[in-house]
Order: sequence, then C-alpha cells, then structure tokens
Amino acid sequence: MRVTLHVWRQNGPDDKGQIVRYPLDDVSEHMSFLEMLDVLNETLIESGDEPVAFDHDCREGICGACSLMINGVAHGPQAGTTACQLHMRSFKDGDEIYIEPWRAKAFPVIKDLVVDRSAFDRIISAGGYVSVNTGSAQDANLVPIGKDDADEAFDYATCIGCGACVASCKNASAMLFVGAKFSHLEKLPQGQVEADRRATAMVEQMDIEGFGNCTNQYECQAVCPKEIKVDAIARLNRAFSRSTVKNG
Amino acid sequence: MAVSGLALGGFVIGHLSGNLLLFLGRDAFNSYAEWLHGNQGLLWGARLGLLAMIALHVRTALVLRKRNTDARPVRYAFESTVQASQASRSMLLTGLLVLAYVILHLAHFTWGWLDSTAGATETLTRAGEEVVRHDTYGMVVAGFQNVFYSAIYIAAMVVLALHLSHGFHSLFQSLGLRHPSYTPKIEMGARVLAWGIAGAYMSIPFAVLSGGVS
Repeated sequence: MRVTLHVWRQNGPDDKGQIVRYPLDDVSEHMSFLEMLDVLNETLIESGDEPVAFDHDCREGICGACSLMINGVAHGPQAGTTACQLHMRSFKDGDEIYIEPWRAKAFPVIKDLVVDRSAFDRIISAGGYVSVNTGSAQDANLVPIGKDDADEAFDYATCIGCGACVASCKNASAMLFVGAKFSHLEKLPQGQVEADRRATAMVEQMDIEGFGNCTNQYECQAVCPKEIKVDAIARLNRAFSRSTVKNG
Repeated sequence: MAVSGLALGGFVIGHLSGNLLLFLGRDAFNSYAEWLHGNQGLLWGARLGLLAMIALHVRTALVLRKRNTDARPVRYAFESTVQASQASRSMLLTGLLVLAYVILHLAHFTWGWLDSTAGATETLTRAGEEVVRHDTYGMVVAGFQNVFYSAIYIAAMVVLALHLSHGFHSLFQSLGLRHPSYTPKIEMGARVLAWGIAGAYMSIPFAVLSGGVS
C-alpha cells in the first residue's frame, strides 16, 4: 500500500518546527506503525537526510514509550492499543496520515516526535508511593484483600504512563494518569493510610507542572491504551475534596 | 464550577416552578409575584446569593479556560475528537450565551426597558377595599405575544438545555460521585432533566403564541 505521511519535524527544543510531507510506497499492511516509521527512516538515511526521532522501547504495548498523535488521535485509530501495536491494516491505500508529538506545556518537545514526560515522574515523586515501613517481607496472605478490590486496583495499576490522556485532553489535563496512580494505591489497605495527603500532593504537583484542568469530556478514557476508566478521576476528586474539607 | 453550578441549577428549577403558575391563571400568578415582592428579605437574599453564584461561576470558568489554554501553547495541526459531546465542548460559549440572555430577560421583564407593558397594574377588591398590584401575568403574556422575543427565548432555552445536559452530570463527576450502577442513570437523568426544564420553560411562549394563555 501507498501512504503519504505528514510528520512533525523539529530539530530541538528551541526550534520552531514544521510539518514535512513524505510519500511512502510499498508499505506492507502487516507492518506495525513503528515499523513503517523504521522504513521511512531507512529511506531518509539512504538519501542522507536526518531520520525522524520517535520514542519506542518494548514494542509490545506495555512500556508506555511510544507517544504518537496519529490523525489527531493519541496512538491512532484502534481503541485500547498503543502505537507500536497498531498495524498498517488499520489504514487504507492512499491515506494521508498526520503524525505529531504529544502537545502540552508540561511535555516539551525534545526533537521531532519525542517529548519530555518527566513531569509524570515528578508527580509520582510528590505522592505516588506508600511510605509505611514495610520491614521484611511478610506472609503473602497476611493482609486479606477482596477479589473485587484487588482486580480494580490492578486495573488502575495497568497505567503505563504513556501520556495519551494528556495528549488527547482538550485541556492537556493529566487527571486520568494521576487518578489511576492514586486509585490503584487507594484500593489497597497499605495505600489507604496516606490517601488524602497523596491526593493533595499529586494534584498540587500536577498544577505546578502546568497541566490543564478536567472538564469531564472523557477523551482520555476513549484513547487510553490500557482502557482505564474515568472512575479513577472521580476517586481522586472525592479524596481531594475530602482532604480539602478536613485540612483546609 | 460544580458547587456554583448546582446553586444556579437550583435557581433555574425554582424559577421555573414559579413561572408555571402562569397556567393556573392571572390571579394565581399575580398573587405569587405579589407574595415574592412582599418578602423583600427573601427576594433580595436570593438576588444577592444568585449574583454571587453567577460571579463565582463565570470567574471560575474564565480562570480555568485561561489555564487550560496555557496548558497547550502549540495546537495540533490535525485536530480530532473521538467521542466528546458537542455540549461538553461548548460549555463556555453556551454559558456566555445564557448569561447574555439573562441580562436581556432582566431588561425586558424586571427593569422594563424593552416593553411599555412591563409596568401595567391590575385593580382588585380585597376585604371591601380596592387594591392595585402589578399585573405580572399581563406583562408576561404581552411580552411573549411578540414573536421576535419569543423566538429569542426559545433559542435561549435550547442553549440552556445544552449547557445543563453536560453540567448536571458533570457536577457529580467533579464532586467524585461516580458508581458503575448509578452513573449511566445520572447521565440519562441529566439529559432528561435539562431538556425537560427547557421544554417546560418553552411551553410558556408556545402557550401564549398559540392562544392557550391570553
């Protein structure tokens, strides 16, 4: 199949950047989206041009490295799928495909399609952990946890921190990421002790980083490759309100 | 947004319940208006409370819009929406249109700037004495007999319904009240309530224009 790519090219953080058009022939429908970009880069290198920089690591849909806005949708048109697991059969022969980096003040572009997502790390550092001293490893079943709670905690814990929620949100809000990280700890006994303090600290750091605010449009839920639900945001809102009422 | 929106939503319902007394006739509606204006403490308390809530709601909306715009300094070249409703994406616009309509509505019925019949009175006999009171019923009927004004009113109610249909269920999410069993019912209930309120408001100009209320 033949596709025409419109790729965001930007030499560095201070470069203005622009969309560059690349026609690409002989694309196999069995290629993953990233393999298709590999083919593009091979042709660019062969012709002496700079290859397109893009983030990738495991290419198995579990690391959260890939971060491509494809035709205005984070990770592309297939729901519940990272860009590395998206295949070219999701497109038609002759398609025009726009590829852009995540756009957010808190995710500055480093080069081409690569953005700096260390704002997420700083939010985790602010409160996304359990600080109780666990001592030596205890018996695995010493703290009973209901199956429903364990399942729900695990669902939230599947967040890979890719940033698609921020990229797709009209306000570049990180509420789904923060909600997922908060909720997976709040659903477990070890994480409940500091829940209110954690909610306040993570939300404050999120604001400091310059993310926007949630206006409940749920685009984040629609594009999350791990299909994390906005129930996580409601849990965070509830804890934040509770903490604000209690502590002022 | 949620708390001030809830207060303003409460007013929308309270105001509607008063307005629907129009269908009980001139005496019921004018007596309600007379009672309301006879309780100046209640009236001004409600007015000042409403003004504070409007100011809070509008200010918060503008502050949030500024922060949200700043959060994405470079927009996408290819913009797309997966599933967000049109109502949720136009809350600032619909909110400002409702605010503009509220000012027009006050200028029309409360301040009487647009309609010479706004100051009309009726005379009735109470305990053997003649009493003159404001003919609110006559003012409303005369106002809605103007097709142009009725059309603006009906359009404003459609905009209000769009605003409320997102706002009513959104406030539950913002306050953290979400549950797999209840949330679908809340979302459906919000749409039914929003369009039900708008429909009930619209029934008044329709009734006047069709001659059902005169």
